[in-house]
Amino acid sequence: MLILILRRLGSMVLIMLVVSLILFAIFETDKLAVAGKVLGPYSSTEQREIWLEENGYNQPFFTRYVIWAGNAMRGDFGQSLQLKVPVSQVLWPRLANTGILALCLFAIMIPLSLFMGVLAGMKEGSFQDRAITVFSVLTTSIPEFASATLLTAVFVFGLGWLPGTSSMTAGFSFKELVLPVLVLLLYDFGYITRMTRASMAEVMNSQYIRTAILKGLPYQRVIMRHALRNALIAPFTVIVLQLNWLLSGVIVVEVFFAYKGFGKLLLDAALFGDIFVIEACTLVAVFVAVASQFISDIGYTYLNPRIRFS
Amino acid sequence: MNNQEQPVLDIKDLCISYYTRAGEIPAVVDFSLTVKPGETIGIVGESGCGKSTVAMAIMQHMGSNGGIKSGSIKFKGRDMTQMSDEELRQLRGSEVSMIYQEPFAALNPSLLLREQLMEVPLTHEDINREQAYERAREMLANVKLPDPDRIMNSYPHQLSGGQQQRVVIAMGLLSKPALLLLDEPTTALDVTVEAGIVKLIADISRKYGTSQIYISHNLGLILETCDRVFVMYSGEVVEEGTIDSLFTWPRHPYTHGLFGCIPLPTADKNAAPLKPIRGQLPLPHERPQGCYFGPRCDHFQAGRCDGDKVDIEHVTGSAEDHMVRCLRWQEIDHTKEAPGGEAKEAMELGGPVLEVNQMKKYYEVIDSSMKALISGDRVKYVKANEELNFNAREGETVAIVGESGCGKSTFAKVLMGLEGGTDGEIKHDGKDVSETLVRDRTDKQISSLQMVFQNPSDTLNPSQTIGGQISRVIKKFGVASDKDEVFNMVMKLLDTVKLPRDFYYRRPRQLSGGQKQRIGIARAFAGNPSTVIADEPVSALDVSVAAAVTELLMDIQRENKTTLLFISHDLSVVRYLSDRIVVMYLGHIMERGTTEEIFEPPYHPYTEALLSAVPIADPEVTKREILLEGNLPSVMNPPKGCPFCTRCPRRIGDICDNEMPPERQVTDTHRIKCHIPIEELQKVEPVIHVPAPEERLGKPEVPASTH
Repeated sequence: MLILILRRLGSMVLIMLVVSLILFAIFETDKLAVAGKVLGPYSSTEQREIWLEENGYNQPFFTRYVIWAGNAMRGDFGQSLQLKVPVSQVLWPRLANTGILALCLFAIMIPLSLFMGVLAGMKEGSFQDRAITVFSVLTTSIPEFASATLLTAVFVFGLGWLPGTSSMTAGFSFKELVLPVLVLLLYDFGYITRMTRASMAEVMNSQYIRTAILKGLPYQRVIMRHALRNALIAPFTVIVLQLNWLLSGVIVVEVFFAYKGFGKLLLDAALFGDIFVIEACTLVAVFVAVASQFISDIGYTYLNPRIRFS
Repeated sequence: MNNQEQPVLDIKDLCISYYTRAGEIPAVVDFSLTVKPGETIGIVGESGCGKSTVAMAIMQHMGSNGGIKSGSIKFKGRDMTQMSDEELRQLRGSEVSMIYQEPFAALNPSLLLREQLMEVPLTHEDINREQAYERAREMLANVKLPDPDRIMNSYPHQLSGGQQQRVVIAMGLLSKPALLLLDEPTTALDVTVEAGIVKLIADISRKYGTSQIYISHNLGLILETCDRVFVMYSGEVVEEGTIDSLFTWPRHPYTHGLFGCIPLPTADKNAAPLKPIRGQLPLPHERPQGCYFGPRCDHFQAGRCDGDKVDIEHVTGSAEDHMVRCLRWQEIDHTKEAPGGEAKEAMELGGPVLEVNQMKKYYEVIDSSMKALISGDRVKYVKANEELNFNAREGETVAIVGESGCGKSTFAKVLMGLEGGTDGEIKHDGKDVSETLVRDRTDKQISSLQMVFQNPSDTLNPSQTIGGQISRVIKKFGVASDKDEVFNMVMKLLDTVKLPRDFYYRRPRQLSGGQKQRIGIARAFAGNPSTVIADEPVSALDVSVAAAVTELLMDIQRENKTTLLFISHDLSVVRYLSDRIVVMYLGHIMERGTTEEIFEPPYHPYTEALLSAVPIADPEVTKREILLEGNLPSVMNPPKGCPFCTRCPRRIGDICDNEMPPERQVTDTHRIKCHIPIEELQKVEPVIHVPAPEERLGKPEVPASTH
């Protein structure tokens, strides 16, 4: 187990190094273009060269990469071109905002979708199974912008219960979080529900569940003690990987509701050509992706004794 | 035991149907059975005959689409079909329990065995956890598991298959049930492990007075475990009776057919080949009028057997409960129904085709544990094959026998070139192929060495037609390239394996298991091989199908003078069809010789145990009982001396533990690797005693084997 964790950590570091190198090569091989982005389109070539010289850009590529990577590791990603503040000053609060969104979403979605999935998979082909499956396919197939429009029409303009934007200008407010969370929930819960359902249905058809039933155990114990743990091994991986999706995939929702999150920051930076922000955001996104993969691998191993003790 | 008058289980006129889109399918028809306290009932039949359905009906666990249509299942006088879910739940696991075919699948992979065992008494009785733990521990010791405490705290995958099955048996016995259902409990296990489990099951009914219903397709096992037997065919009982009466004087043509399909120790492939039952089991909705066995029966009489439904009746002159469902049982001359088909001519053996000299195959394994990392001793060798020596001649059948993990499949892999050998040589047609991988071999070499695999379903490409798959082989090996010529060759091959020609256009999923294996054989023989390796080719098939496929394989061999390497764990089949036998254990050849030499003393102690483990479906054949203790040692960590020393019942002392035994030569062809001198091994009594034909009670003269 320890060996496995160490090995995984090692490969995680390696992936980060490779990705950051590729990232750096894409954005900063063409030095003049970097200077052009920083100084603006009307700067002259001499001005750009002076800027390059001042900022140490005339050093060899790998030296620059090492310095850049070192700074990034200390949290120094340079200055945002659009906002004129250090990137780290905007990055972390934005990340925290998206984190809050994700936390609220997960707090509702995981118990709900696991419960629904187990309920559906418990009796394959029953009414409850079909109802849940149809409903979850339906919600998953509506794109986020469509459901966001629909929900806004109903709850903001129709009933007037909720605010239409979630920019949190007057400080943190739960009310403003409701619609973004709801949209994400509608989109994503069906996926986990169906994963859980499939896994649960497979477990319920397995021979050890038959053994448990024919041992005369009460039905509740068969489900809670024998089925659940095995049924949750597969969805666990999927759930952890949702973290990754949330970070980069919530752009639509954040833009729609003007929520100041990570996705919105990345989109704005991309539109403006704010290369240092893009670099920082990409690095963070890759880190989250690799880390969630790591957690899901280790967690899977831990949950499954067949792997744990072999 | 409780009330002797009242049967434990009384099934009357039970009809079970499955409800599918195609309509109602009657799976079991008019099934009646009584089980007295302490009695063991056997139910035997091929897959699809409804024997497992009966077991599931007794447990009242039929799935969503199955249902009991009529009849009653009375357990100690109470009708189970009328019970509520809660009443059933209280009965299951406490009064009636079940043992399953695949112990590994039957145990929950992510719960400790402690938990899975203890919950049985905790659910059904009013006891606390300490008492439950003690009970579970005690029961594990009773099913002869070593170190119960360690097993209590293990997960299922940490045990071997035999140990898992013992745990399942312990689980079933924990609350002292009155009835135990065993559904093919040893089918997934190795022969020597099977022998141990069978012994245990037989002891249980003696020790606890538990009644048992033992379901199996293996007549030999039924004979060893049961008091009475029910033969099922296509959903109904065709013959029932006590073991002695039914096995000695079978009266139903289907029962005769079953006996004709299994190689008895007296059978010989040339003098008395197996006699497969022709045709196939009818699907439940395609059952014929009258007698269901009619279309496959040699005694079928039109106008009589296809009339009204046939009733079961008492066999006059036989034991009281010997019943048969046949209109013509009194007219059939049962003395002519002895196993054994028409005699065939023995084959002449040609020159040597395959020579294996000092072949070794080691696997390198990197030990990634912390301990190995620190000590630096990371590379270990798994000695899968250690100095194999034998040869095979043209037209000869050489069997390689041993339990799983003995290295027989590894040898096949090296021979086929899927893996390279480590040392030594394998000469095939005079050329050393041991280090030539399959991709480096010429087409000629590949086509002359082909293989028939164990599981036919996994070896055929599901998305291509049968014809396409066989033609490809013919074209690939350059046997023919002209389109029409290839087509004709495929047709001829289909004829050879006795399949209809329009199978050319079918896909594997439209075929039954036996038909798929025939295609597998056709594929292997498409390139005119000189040697064919058959890796357990019939062990996944039903008895009657297996007999037909075995016969087919040997007919083709006879015709083509093919050398056959037959890999198997089933000694009765091996005894029947092979000319010479190689017995392997833990990568070593322990004994090799002609079939007669292997089956008669002197034996290697391991061969002796293997012979004793073979179930024989003949009540007049007696065997000496030799049970092996313990498990097969790990190949990662084999014993220092003789590989068999950890389980050997004839261990003579420290020399066995510390020194590799010498290979002793008994005759020119017979070698034994053992420390015990040949003279002493010679004094051992034969394991299997077959009475002389004239001493036999029931069965008429069995054609004598040729030795």
